[in-house]
Amino acid sequence: MTDTKPVSPKKPSVSTSRRAFLKGGLITGGALAAVPALAKSGDPAILEIQPWANQLGEGVDARPYGTPSQFEAHVRRRNVEWLTADPVSSVNFTPLHELDGVITPNGLCFERHHGGIAEVDPAKYRLMINGLVDRELVFTLQDLKRFPRVNRAYFLECAANSGMEWRGAQLNGCQFTHGMIHNVMYTGVPLRTILEEAGLKTTGKWLLAEGADASAMTRSIPIEKALDDCLVAFAMNGEALRPEQGYPVRLVVPGWEGNMWIKWLRRIEIGDQPWQQREETSKYTDLFANGKARRFTWEMDAKSVITNPSPQAPIAHGKGHTVLTGVAWSGHGTIKEVHVTLDGGKNWQQARLDGPSWDRSMHRFYFEFDWTGAPLLLQSRAVDSTGYVQPTKNELRAVRGENSIYHNNGIQTWHVTANGEAENVEVS
Amino acid sequence: MLKFPKAFVIAAASLLLAGAASAETYGLGRPATADEVVAWDIDVRPDGVGLPEGSGSALDGEAIYTERCAMCHGDFGEGIGRWPVLAGGQGTLVRARPVKTIGSYWPYLSTVWDYVHRAMPFGDAQSLETDEVYALTAYILYLNDLVDDGFVLDRETFKTVKMPNAEGFFPDDRAKTETWTADNICMADCKSDVEITARAQVVDVTPEDPTSKHRTAETTENTQPGTDGTVQLSSVAAPDPALIDEGAKVFRKCAACHAVGDGAKHKLGPHLNGVFGRTAGSADGFAKYSKDMVAAGQDGLVWDQDSLTTFLKNPKGLIKRTKMAFGGLKKDEDLAALTAYLQAEGKGQ
Repeated sequence: MTDTKPVSPKKPSVSTSRRAFLKGGLITGGALAAVPALAKSGDPAILEIQPWANQLGEGVDARPYGTPSQFEAHVRRRNVEWLTADPVSSVNFTPLHELDGVITPNGLCFERHHGGIAEVDPAKYRLMINGLVDRELVFTLQDLKRFPRVNRAYFLECAANSGMEWRGAQLNGCQFTHGMIHNVMYTGVPLRTILEEAGLKTTGKWLLAEGADASAMTRSIPIEKALDDCLVAFAMNGEALRPEQGYPVRLVVPGWEGNMWIKWLRRIEIGDQPWQQREETSKYTDLFANGKARRFTWEMDAKSVITNPSPQAPIAHGKGHTVLTGVAWSGHGTIKEVHVTLDGGKNWQQARLDGPSWDRSMHRFYFEFDWTGAPLLLQSRAVDSTGYVQPTKNELRAVRGENSIYHNNGIQTWHVTANGEAENVEVS
Repeated sequence: MLKFPKAFVIAAASLLLAGAASAETYGLGRPATADEVVAWDIDVRPDGVGLPEGSGSALDGEAIYTERCAMCHGDFGEGIGRWPVLAGGQGTLVRARPVKTIGSYWPYLSTVWDYVHRAMPFGDAQSLETDEVYALTAYILYLNDLVDDGFVLDRETFKTVKMPNAEGFFPDDRAKTETWTADNICMADCKSDVEITARAQVVDVTPEDPTSKHRTAETTENTQPGTDGTVQLSSVAAPDPALIDEGAKVFRKCAACHAVGDGAKHKLGPHLNGVFGRTAGSADGFAKYSKDMVAAGQDGLVWDQDSLTTFLKNPKGLIKRTKMAFGGLKKDEDLAALTAYLQAEGKGQ
């Protein structure tokens, strides 16, 4: 990012909404002119006393744990029923098109469970460290909270995010194509601190993290990563983890695929080789066109998507000044630039990044422009701090084929029609 | 990361002395007992480390599989609906629609044993005995034509099995093969023509927005029964909300296969709306009943408090060859809670 100013014209043509309102006002005025009453001209939202301005609202105890406005009831996680056999081992999606900034509210963080939500009683919560350590230990939740703790914001993206799009544009909504991601501020203890408490043996090269849920989720993690930046987290966005996000304790594995962030973390074993568990052999391996599969594909490469406009969030205001926005992230660092095209990739412009630029955390970008009302082919392209550029979907397919399922970080295209509606498409 | 300078100095000194990683500790946690480690450390590695003593034959596995696994994975491992396919698929990995099964894709046998033991059957995890896991693993090999039906799997024979796709994997090489970088990145006049080549609206598989449709149902759900002060005119005691809540928890054991409440549809098992008063084996539109269940209904079995309690306590005791692969609820309080829940929730449409 070198230029933080909006690159589009700052003075758009006369707002269509303003023009429409003036026109409507004139007509109303004309009609009312025949009525000899004290008619007023203007917006009823202003001219009439609204119920909330006249009557008292609920008191402070009515909502001891606050929830969003009743008018935001449509902002919710959604699933795609046909994707999985059963909602217990399934996934739902974060409504990215309804969010702004970089932090995902706790209640909207997408869910992926392999055996449903474990309702772990914190009084019965235990974390065991065993294997190649000097001392095999058991910690209670209270024990964990007595270690020095840190606060870090990281994105968590499922390796299968956008996985339904390998064979072509399929799901018509940013929530469904890109919603297996959330970005949360975690509070927790560095995993390194806990491993040092148990005393790592020098022969310990791998770590197995295991969940307490009915799938006893497991993943092997190389010890270098465990000692680098992983967290044993018990809070998200300032409050206790939500049950669906691993209450009371989950593993945080910054920049790496979400499946490794074991929820309801109950055990950490140290060993000298990977365990080759189901979720790192039969699943979460990337099958190529030649029948061979790439494994241990842990890092999430740089990716971006325009969240507004998108199929679930059309342009409702007609032509004129328009705010395009989206998110970008990289498992390798920060986002350096985001480029936006309005014409399907013929010409690109710098988007404006705004908000915190944290390592392996979601970044927010904006692109303000004067929409002529002509159809658009919108794309965004992220460049991360290593210089890696988000590829096109066809560039990915050229390497991997179409059976990879996982790690689809290709450039997304939205086709915006003259009436402002958007559709998930692919372009040549 | 530096926590306390003093600790750092001590750590650095010990590093010099011992040549091994060392750091300050906080004296937190307590030693794990040997039994605790055995209870939780259930993982099995490709080299067989972690496999307990025991054995089971493919033939033994068939009976267990039919009872515990076939309702989801199919009699031949072909998978029912979208449940995982376990067998077949060899030679399909290069095709447009690969069939990734244990035989065609899984590189290690240990993973099968480990996963069946830790997570199966779905909804009744860690309920299989060691020998049953050996037998099931052997049977899955048999379903994949990798062993004959007399094969007995144990810690020794485990070492003789090599999975067909053992060599089918390679390490992450993205750093070398996927190097799209910002050097010479194109910003203007990058291509002359742009055509739309694929459209999601044509595929038409996106779920419709359910928000408005379910608003009424949600309002109903939020109304707590029995708390509105109305007088119950019926002579039947009002259902105990706490008991129904308990029943909702117990129902999680059933939810993999059954749905109940507004909008419930048939899953692997029939939906349970209106199950009280329903003739056994008679749910409209459900075609997967066992012959025994249908026969019991024809003989006059109707689900009520007594018959459901009997069935849920020991399903096969009442219906010998029921397809419901559930061992039964042992606790009377769970039975009372579940039946209360089914009675309350089963009034849905």
